[in-house]
Amino acid sequence: MERFQYTRARTVSEAIGIAAHSSTAQQGAPVRYVAGGTTLVDLMKLGVERPTHLVDINKLGMNAIERTKEGGLRIGALVRNAALAHDPTVVRDYRALSEALLSGASAQLRNVATTSGNLLQRTRCMYFRNTAMACNKREPGSGCSAINGDNRTLAILGTSPHCIATNPSDMNVALVALDATIHVQGPKGTRTIPMQAFHLLPGDTPDRETVLEPGDLVTHITLPPPNARATSRYLKLRDRASYEFALASAAVVVEVAGGQFHYVRLAMGGVGTKPWRMSAVEERLTGAAVDDATIRDAAQLAVRDAKPQSENGFKVELAQRCLAHALRLATGLASI
Amino acid sequence: MSRSKALGAPSAPKVLGGKLPRIDGPLKVSGRATYTSDISLPGMLYAVPVRSTIASGRVVAIDDRVARKMLGVRAIYYRGNIRPFFRSGPAQGFSGLIDEKRPPFEDDVVRYYGQYVAVAVAQTMEQAKAAADAVRVQYAADAHNVERRLVAEKSLETDSERGDAEGAFKSAPVQIDQTYVTPTEVHNPIELHATVAAWEGDRVTLYETTQAVMNHREVLYQMLGVPKENVRVVSHFLGSGFGGKLWPWSHSILAAGVAREVGAPVKLVVTRQAMFETVGHRPRTQQRFRLGATRDGKLVSMQHEYLNETSILDAYKEDCGEATPFMYSVPNLRVASALARRNIGTPTAMRGPGAVPGLFAMESAMDELAIALNMDPIELRRRNEPLQDESTKLPFSSRHLVECMQVGAEKFGWARRDPRVGAMKRDGLTIGWGMATCSWGAMRSDAQATVEIQRDGTMSVTTATQDIGTGTYTVLALVASEATGIPLDKIDVGLGDTTLPPGPISGGSWATASVIPAVSAAARAAVRSLLTLSTSGKNAAFAGATPDDLHFANGRAARKSDPSSGVPLGDVLARANVRAAVGSGQSRTTFGGEESRKYSLHSFGAQFAEVTWQPETARLRVSRFVSVIDAGRMINPKPARNQIEGAVVMGIGMALFEEARYDKRYGAPINSNLADYIVSTNADAPAIDVTFLDYPDLVLNELGARGVGEIGLAGTAAAITAAVHHATGVRVRELPVRIEDLLRA
Repeated sequence: MERFQYTRARTVSEAIGIAAHSSTAQQGAPVRYVAGGTTLVDLMKLGVERPTHLVDINKLGMNAIERTKEGGLRIGALVRNAALAHDPTVVRDYRALSEALLSGASAQLRNVATTSGNLLQRTRCMYFRNTAMACNKREPGSGCSAINGDNRTLAILGTSPHCIATNPSDMNVALVALDATIHVQGPKGTRTIPMQAFHLLPGDTPDRETVLEPGDLVTHITLPPPNARATSRYLKLRDRASYEFALASAAVVVEVAGGQFHYVRLAMGGVGTKPWRMSAVEERLTGAAVDDATIRDAAQLAVRDAKPQSENGFKVELAQRCLAHALRLATGLASI
Repeated sequence: MSRSKALGAPSAPKVLGGKLPRIDGPLKVSGRATYTSDISLPGMLYAVPVRSTIASGRVVAIDDRVARKMLGVRAIYYRGNIRPFFRSGPAQGFSGLIDEKRPPFEDDVVRYYGQYVAVAVAQTMEQAKAAADAVRVQYAADAHNVERRLVAEKSLETDSERGDAEGAFKSAPVQIDQTYVTPTEVHNPIELHATVAAWEGDRVTLYETTQAVMNHREVLYQMLGVPKENVRVVSHFLGSGFGGKLWPWSHSILAAGVAREVGAPVKLVVTRQAMFETVGHRPRTQQRFRLGATRDGKLVSMQHEYLNETSILDAYKEDCGEATPFMYSVPNLRVASALARRNIGTPTAMRGPGAVPGLFAMESAMDELAIALNMDPIELRRRNEPLQDESTKLPFSSRHLVECMQVGAEKFGWARRDPRVGAMKRDGLTIGWGMATCSWGAMRSDAQATVEIQRDGTMSVTTATQDIGTGTYTVLALVASEATGIPLDKIDVGLGDTTLPPGPISGGSWATASVIPAVSAAARAAVRSLLTLSTSGKNAAFAGATPDDLHFANGRAARKSDPSSGVPLGDVLARANVRAAVGSGQSRTTFGGEESRKYSLHSFGAQFAEVTWQPETARLRVSRFVSVIDAGRMINPKPARNQIEGAVVMGIGMALFEEARYDKRYGAPINSNLADYIVSTNADAPAIDVTFLDYPDLVLNELGARGVGEIGLAGTAAAITAAVHHATGVRVRELPVRIEDLLRA
């Protein structure tokens, strides 16, 4: 870890004012906001993040969960993962979000980690986290060690010749399926970003992970009013029973009417370089009969563009089984 | 000296075989137990090693100009600017053992990734880490070899042989010929390895995370080049070791060396990442196992050929054939082995070394044979139960393997098993059942102990063995209480210090068996001494009587013929003007001893696993486990059960999760953290039913007690993979079982 300046911000504008001087809000940012610190401090100890100035935003409030006037939900950026997962409204109306949060990390981490921190969680790619090894995300232009390396846990969707790292967040997958909106305040004012557009594909700049600019502070996230007739679920597949990142996961929001898929929102985790919206599959399913054949066909479509790496070919099959089973759970075709 | 008092422990006249919570429990749960990295001394500095980032090559230059000038930095040491270390000479028995024999900085050659090439010393750990990161090391890299597939470096050497194994195999009506692989596994005790070294003149005290203080001193005095009596090693509590903390590792020598150079105490804590590189691991094994049998399931041939990886300099052998020659009755047998050199850190013993990977191969092959014969796997083993150890032609001191299987089958409900793959269902899931047997050696090593009975009625028990979390403090208090009648809350046990009477290593599951006879004898000797004092001298309480006329009970010496004649022990000692009644005891090793020439000494057991399998999601979990262990008499069944349960949880990790993977290009163990090296979590631990048959093995010691630290891990992975096959039809011969394997179902 290197020496850094530490400021506990008293107001949102003070925090933004300091961070606006950062050269970037992406990898290599000299100024970082710190909330729970569960990702950032870890990466600082590893020498992956080397900010010279930390702006502590824990005293800025932003920790309420409230109904919006449209009937949706407004989640403060500093709401802790545990509080969000156990919020009665979330449990009742946005079950996939609660299930996603509770499937991630450990109880201790969830007590500390925040909503915006989870949103901005960095990849667990082992080469990104090891400064002795090449990584384009950490050191642009140094190369990607994961391609032809130990890439069992990495992405099969959205990869580029420069990066195949997965977005590790469970929460993000649910937020994509739930059509969340990210609210940002920056030096030039406030703006909103659809969740699906918040994270970037690696392309040839894998060091750029989000659309955030220097000084941008995520203040809250909103969810649209819940579809009362829909069921939402999150299914996570991994080696052990807890405390492990997903090999494949799926968030599904499904409304069935007259034996047909009437409303479908699907997103997957563990397989994409960003939380992966399955729009084409949603289209295919909408209006189709709810049965095993339809679901199998949809699952195949989900991995149509998959590009397996040297050691993660199994994810092509696993992702299909994951999505299919999440759909079976949400439609009552399966109970466990 | 930190000692463990019997804090509020219940006392009863007959305590052995009860269920006593560990007496050091209150200290541990209240945070008052001092572990090595908790030690903080005045003026103490921190050392952080610089680890090589190549796996093979040479150090060409080290540039420490920036690092030296950093805040708080006292020194940067490397080959050439620090007093060189010696190698320690060959071990004698279990004294003087070290697996990585090359001391740090001996030459400029790098032979594995993470090898220490320099060390930074600073006022705080953070400053030392920053300085270590700022040291620029220039390497000339050579090609390295971390290949997974093992090839013997020379022809196989025979470990054990009888009859004509090859000929009998060829003519056997039923044959199994398979290769089984176990991966590199890292011990990963939750407590990091650590050393605090403090010199006073030419004497050094090492606070060390060690399972063997006496051995540590034996090695370190030689490597530091000081007289043996100048080295004291202390280890009061250990956050477990699993074998990884048995023998010294290079950080300990380094800490002692830099503390000598800087003239201040130095703390060095090994990071989790470095623990994948420099403190040993269970090496990868590749085992070809061949079985020949008659159609009615009688074994006619058994061949076990195995390889294990080792480091470039050290020939560590993982003795996979340990149990093979005696487990079953078979007239023709051959066990042979060889090594494969790799640019990796030196391997070391990990819980059940040899037997654990070896039994995975043997018991998997037996399961495959049972299936080939269409025979119940318990019946197959029953038909091959030996009457004696066929490799040594010696009787077993105590073997109840068949009973283990019978009891286990009953507890597990084995009779309800439908052997067809995937045939058993419950709650919408497929169920798989599997079983395997297990074994671990029953041994004893030399041990000495001292017992002192004080005037105030308290008693101290001291011996330089260790409590590595297994309950040694508690067991020794129990034994001493049993021998003297002094209640547990008046007993103080002192362990883990080379100033105490020499005690055994905490390894091989023999610490308990070794030290119990010594403590028991010492306690009896102390009582005898008290009774002698009662009868001699002008103020003697029982002048004219002989010690044989007296007995000691309830803290009093009394005539056997007249229990009301009792004199408190404090009075006895005061009248004799003696501070304390002292007794010493010792026990001898079984290694090369009379017992081992007359008997084959082993523990046995049977493991039963149930898995649940959801084909739709390829989700497999261990849902139930039954372990029946024949390991002599249980002195304290509660921590003993704890040992078996912990081992089973570790076995689930071995079967389903654990593997250290080396990156081919960098030569580094790449998943060197607890997020990427997957071990079992609580959520992976099923209900575990442990039964001890509790037949005393009186050949081994007077109480008939053997150790149970390792046997619970043996056979566990084979039972689980058998259950996996039963549920899914997939036979996994290369651990761990992965989702990739199961997707083939």
